[in-house]
Amino acid sequence: MDQHHDVPKIHAAHIDAVTGQATTGHEWDGIRELNTPLPRWWLGIFYATIIWSFGYWIVYPAWPLLTDATRGVFGYATRSDITVQMNELKAQRAALAAGMADATPAQIKADPTLFQIAMAQGKAAFGDNCAACHGVGGAGGKGYPNLNDDDWLWGGSLDAIMQTLRHGVRVAGHDETRVSQMPAFGRDGMLKRDEINAVANHVRELAGLSTEPKANLALGRKLFADNCAACHGPAAKGNQEMGAPNLTDAISLYGMDVASLTETITNSRGGVMPAWGGRLDETTLKALTVYVHSLGGGQ
Amino acid sequence: MSTAEADPDDIPLFAASRKVYPQSVSGPYRRAKWLILFLCLGIYYLLPFLRWDRGPHLPNQAVLADLANNRFYFFFIEIWPQEVYYFTGLLIMAAFALFLMNAVAGRVWCGYLCPQTVWTDLFLAVERFFEGDRRERMRRDEAPWTIDKLWRKSAKHAVWLVIAWWTGGAWVLYFADAPTLVRELATFTAPISAYVWIAILTFTTYSLAGIMREQVCKFMCPWPRIQAALTDDEALNVTYRYDRGEPRVSVKQAQKLKAQGAPAGDCIDCHQCVAVCPVGIDIREGAQLDCIQCGLCIDACDTVMTKIDRPKRLIAYDTEINVKRRMAGKPPVYRPLRTRTLIYAALILVVGGAMIWQLATRRTADISVLHERAPLFVTLSDGSIRNAYAVRLLNKRPEVRPFALTVDGLPGIRIDAVGVAPTADLRPVVAVDPDSSREVRVLVTVPAGVPLEASQPITITASDLFAGETVHATDHFMARGGKP
Repeated sequence: MDQHHDVPKIHAAHIDAVTGQATTGHEWDGIRELNTPLPRWWLGIFYATIIWSFGYWIVYPAWPLLTDATRGVFGYATRSDITVQMNELKAQRAALAAGMADATPAQIKADPTLFQIAMAQGKAAFGDNCAACHGVGGAGGKGYPNLNDDDWLWGGSLDAIMQTLRHGVRVAGHDETRVSQMPAFGRDGMLKRDEINAVANHVRELAGLSTEPKANLALGRKLFADNCAACHGPAAKGNQEMGAPNLTDAISLYGMDVASLTETITNSRGGVMPAWGGRLDETTLKALTVYVHSLGGGQ
Repeated sequence: MSTAEADPDDIPLFAASRKVYPQSVSGPYRRAKWLILFLCLGIYYLLPFLRWDRGPHLPNQAVLADLANNRFYFFFIEIWPQEVYYFTGLLIMAAFALFLMNAVAGRVWCGYLCPQTVWTDLFLAVERFFEGDRRERMRRDEAPWTIDKLWRKSAKHAVWLVIAWWTGGAWVLYFADAPTLVRELATFTAPISAYVWIAILTFTTYSLAGIMREQVCKFMCPWPRIQAALTDDEALNVTYRYDRGEPRVSVKQAQKLKAQGAPAGDCIDCHQCVAVCPVGIDIREGAQLDCIQCGLCIDACDTVMTKIDRPKRLIAYDTEINVKRRMAGKPPVYRPLRTRTLIYAALILVVGGAMIWQLATRRTADISVLHERAPLFVTLSDGSIRNAYAVRLLNKRPEVRPFALTVDGLPGIRIDAVGVAPTADLRPVVAVDPDSSREVRVLVTVPAGVPLEASQPITITASDLFAGETVHATDHFMARGGKP
């Protein structure tokens, strides 16, 4: 480093003896920082990136304004980009969905390719429309049927599932909707409090569950035969035609404890599911049918 | 410490690189470098065209990274994405090989095998062909532009670009069927990504091997820094034997001094070692970070020593310890087998052995099981408990294989697969296409009355009905534990 010192400088830099390099003047416990110049190529790239950024400002949306942002000379926008991509995707899917449009759920189930598409589409549609009540995996909850088990109120065949999906349950204005109406035996004064307790205990007896010690099972048996057997059957095995649940199996939609049964008999139950026909297109309905059928309970 | 003073503002913002004009040299190390260069580049440029018959449906290129189909082919080895740990093994072995090389003979990798060195060497040869040797190049660079200078420079850059382009072109051939891709490239029907990658690699080869050269080693490469921490006094590094070379005196003066009985070194300070150095250093300053250990200074020095009738190898692959021993009048010792080298070699053998063992016992089928979480389990109407799993079966053979699924671990346990018909003995049989995988939803049921904890292990087994190969995976069967 040959430095000329015509004028005395106030900041005199320290020169490191070993390397002959100037130091920055910083010192920590006797250790000084060498002021090594950068390689020219490094500096060149640094300047190039700065120039590059000006190009970016011009080409792409960059500067936020009060209500908008600068548009960039190409009018590039992520939103229009995604629209193009979505349209491409739709066109791609349309080709796959063409086979779905003409096939029945049973045919879709039998065709490995269509089945795979239906499962993917059905899973997505299920997450969007059904998971809110039935849970992500169709596990349901109290009052919302578990779609993974083998117990069906209205039948678990492909056609039965499709009909339930399309027309819903207890939807006003849909002729083919699933309707069942259990009387509110308590609220409407058909049975008294102790009679309801007797019926509830008898239902537990039918399902093979323990009963309360002071329960009048004989009365319950008689009342069940008179009031309930018409729909639930004499052995309480239920009836899918009428949407009457089987009371003897291990699964229950509203609970088999005395309190829940008392509530059911007193006020009746009546879950509602929207009719998805018209809201979802036919292909999606079919895909959902196949998907729900494959959850594990399909008949 | 000096107390000389300078204004910090006077320090330039950048330091221009000093252009290195390596002189040509001949000798055993130069010959070794040429041999390695032709070998490495020959393999690199021609390997994609080597064929390897794998039967129908599979590519017949010996080395192929088939990104579209998620397969990597290396001669008889076919690697699936989930077996990418083979590359981890290779990387570990490569790292230890580098450490071992370094412990035995310093940065031989840098001097002979590193792609940066190999291509720089080739580019230098082209430069020498058009622009002449060191002095001529230096003179021409300082001289004003003439037609002669212009065409020589243009021709050099043109040939550089062709080599760079061919380098990038060879690279993309490893990712697609080489003969097909060459035809597509020639007829401009190849995928756009092929052209983009060729352009990128043409640019990097041209700029790194042609323009940046030794600066890549000095500023960009991390290995010199790591290497400096790994080397030791017993590693064979390119060493100036200062015990023999110092003091430096001319040939004539040496005769005079010797006649007087005064000490005279063998180094005549001819600077040939500096002139031939591709990184432009003076090896006589001792072991240094910038030295790539290519040995060209040894060839240069040997040539001079032969001319002035002195013993060769004033500069040689030697250890710092031996220079000091010779100065002390002790005989030199070479210990290539040291704790350090033995540990590196052992680690290479362990990792390599593990990989070979893994390859040799590699299955051609695989199973992976994922328990479905929503719901964890389902109670069926008869009180039995059912769990659902996503089972993925892999078939690495080139034919369709039927796998029968069975499950063990609990009394009365049963397995069904959604959309798959069971055989007569109630085992679902899943057919998996050649060289692919298939996922099926599997339902595992345990009858009512079997005492169940919240979670218990089960084993799902897939058996190839024809070949008999079985694979299994363990998972958990969930239930509402503790309640009857």
